[in-house]
Amino acid sequence: MMRGLAPIFVFVGLVALLAFGLTRDPRLVPSPLVGKPAPEFTLPLLHAPEQQLRMADLRGRVTLLNVWATWCSACRLEHDMLVAITNSGTVPIYGLDYKDNRDDAKRWLDQLGNPYTAVGFDGDGRVAIDFGVYGAPETYVLGPDGLIAYKHIGPITPEVWERTLWPIVQQLQGPRG
Amino acid sequence: MRRAGVVLAALLALFCSADAPATTFEQRDFADQGQERRYRTLVAELRCLVCQNQSLAESEAELAADLRAQVYTMIRNGDDNQRIIEYMTARYGDFVLYRPPLRITTIALWAGPALLAAGGMFFLIVQVRKRRHMPAAAELTETERARLAALLDNVEHSE
Repeated sequence: MMRGLAPIFVFVGLVALLAFGLTRDPRLVPSPLVGKPAPEFTLPLLHAPEQQLRMADLRGRVTLLNVWATWCSACRLEHDMLVAITNSGTVPIYGLDYKDNRDDAKRWLDQLGNPYTAVGFDGDGRVAIDFGVYGAPETYVLGPDGLIAYKHIGPITPEVWERTLWPIVQQLQGPRG
Repeated sequence: MRRAGVVLAALLALFCSADAPATTFEQRDFADQGQERRYRTLVAELRCLVCQNQSLAESEAELAADLRAQVYTMIRNGDDNQRIIEYMTARYGDFVLYRPPLRITTIALWAGPALLAAGGMFFLIVQVRKRRHMPAAAELTETERARLAALLDNVEHSE
């Protein structure tokens, strides 16, 4: 009796394995940089090319580094959420404008609001490669020590912020007096 | 039979040429042929992260173009293959490699096919052995033999 059932068990096991596989998004590539220091960079500011944004500017407190571009439609989706985060005053957001057009980017921020403490302009995408960016938007949660605590791929929806990013930010910030 | 041989040879040729893709988007100048060969091999073995079923050599994605340029620059600068692979995996993880390294997390990937094949072989051998030990078909009874003879007789007469 049991012998006859063996193929059925194998089949059910295989179906369970494949069903589990279907729930996972193959486009989400785990970053080897999580838990490591963020790569050093120096980028001209979007609004003032003669000034620079450096990795050192981000250290000393918890920050978000948001990779975006005006050609990226998913970036438009998360923009209002970024503005809301900045308005709540919880965590400063730095922008990395990825392979973009300077004028388009400035117009975008003028029209939609500028949630960024500062925006580095990565015209050729070299700094983004150092961060392992493979599509925008991507958002890094950086600790005060400059370590990459978390990488979120895709737009920040209110759910992503509430359930994932905000708890990580809170934990990194520690109890605030 | 001869045709099967030709088809097999054609298939073999197809598979063997798969590691040298014909598509390269940019015109590149190299110091020597060795560098060019290394470039072609590397961009064929590194995976494009945007369109994940294509190598850097095959992908039209902008990121793939940037990473091809990076490989090219590093080769021109005299970096060896290991440095270039390290550069890519440090940023994008083992995922960029079409041939992942042997690790605890990838052991199922490497050993899986061999284990499955060995398991199948074992199952096959057990089944064949079992069948061999089965008793041969039972002898015919007297009446059956008589019927068989009659049938054969019939066949002979009708021819």
